[in-house]
Amino acid sequence: MTSVLRAENLTKRYGRRTALSGCTLDVPVGHVVGLVGPNGAGKSTLLQLACGLLEPTAGVIEVLGERPVSGSARVGFVAQDAPVYAGLTVAEHLRLGARLNPSWDSTIAEQRIAQAGLDPSQKAGKLSGGQRANLALIVAAAKRPELLLLDEPVAALDPLARRLFLQALMELVAEQEMTVIMSSHLVSDLQRICDHLIVLVGSQVRLAGDVDDLLASHHRLTGPRRESIDVATFGWTLIEDRHTAAQSTLVVRSTAPIDDPSWQADQLDLEDILLAYLSESAPAATPERVLETQR
Amino acid sequence: MIDFYLNAKSGVAPYMQLIQQVRHALRLGVLHEGDRLPTVREVVARLAINPNTVSKAYRELEYEGLVTARQGLGTFIAKTLDGPAVAAQESLRQKLEQWLVEAREAGLDDEGVEALFLSTFRAFSEARA
Repeated sequence: MTSVLRAENLTKRYGRRTALSGCTLDVPVGHVVGLVGPNGAGKSTLLQLACGLLEPTAGVIEVLGERPVSGSARVGFVAQDAPVYAGLTVAEHLRLGARLNPSWDSTIAEQRIAQAGLDPSQKAGKLSGGQRANLALIVAAAKRPELLLLDEPVAALDPLARRLFLQALMELVAEQEMTVIMSSHLVSDLQRICDHLIVLVGSQVRLAGDVDDLLASHHRLTGPRRESIDVATFGWTLIEDRHTAAQSTLVVRSTAPIDDPSWQADQLDLEDILLAYLSESAPAATPERVLETQR
Repeated sequence: MIDFYLNAKSGVAPYMQLIQQVRHALRLGVLHEGDRLPTVREVVARLAINPNTVSKAYRELEYEGLVTARQGLGTFIAKTLDGPAVAAQESLRQKLEQWLVEAREAGLDDEGVEALFLSTFRAFSEARA
């Protein structure tokens, strides 16, 4: 497995505030990776470390096998709110991109601009939110990076603009062999486009793995209330448990099918799984747990 | 040509949903041997989903022998699923309808019908497994 991003014990502090703490990650190449977590969990910090805009306080981060350098041709980055130059036209953005990036592919850029229905003579300041996001995406993708980092690219967009943006992004992924890491908290989008997930909670990695594996290995179990459940004897990992007077409801992770007939086992969708991990009652991640999901 | 859709709420992995839709269309006789499936890019452009998801579904279908990929031409249906079963479906459907009438008369509502069917189906599959 080739890694697109590898972090070991990665830590970033701003003065006294810890934004990322002891993150260990190994993200395989060729995926569309969703980066999820509550506000302030460290998503933007991780992305900025990955594109070399920030330096780690401690630990190591490697992107495409190298220490990240800001402005690398191999990594594209679209910061939050899709920054563009308001005073420049769409065409001037492309000319600037071509001048600054030796690897610029003007065919792709022009095709994409036409497909997105952008008027080349329009000033970027006059574009709608969705058009601006598309322009920023095209500029970042036209230098043909191996890795594209997107920080909350669709958060501010209406549902239609969001869908159009994601379509454009997925078409780019289909055309170019490109890994994408994108932060978002819109689970429905993530379920649609991501095949790998990283969950950050409280500056730490709580979960990382392929979406299909996560969906297949998480179960909701409902059954009569029990006082103590020794989940380990079944080979399960307990993610969340709730009890009423009569009933116990668990979210467990198990790679083997649940064959205990005293539990009713149901599949969870990605949103349920994420909520179980994000909820307060979830136990903190241990390194083994993080690594276990990466097999 | 089949038109894929995604149900985000189902808890079924997207690639599996695509596989199920192809199998379903074969079973219902919507797809036939030789029909072309949409290209990965066509599905991606239409559904805004990850190309890897579509490729994975097509790979799996190919592995099952339901489709064949022809270089540069696309992915084609290689065989029709359960040929005789399609023919038997009409009579099975009639029996099921008769059963539904009886269930209604016995006072079962939609949820009761679904629960009874699912638990019977599960017990039946387990006994045969």
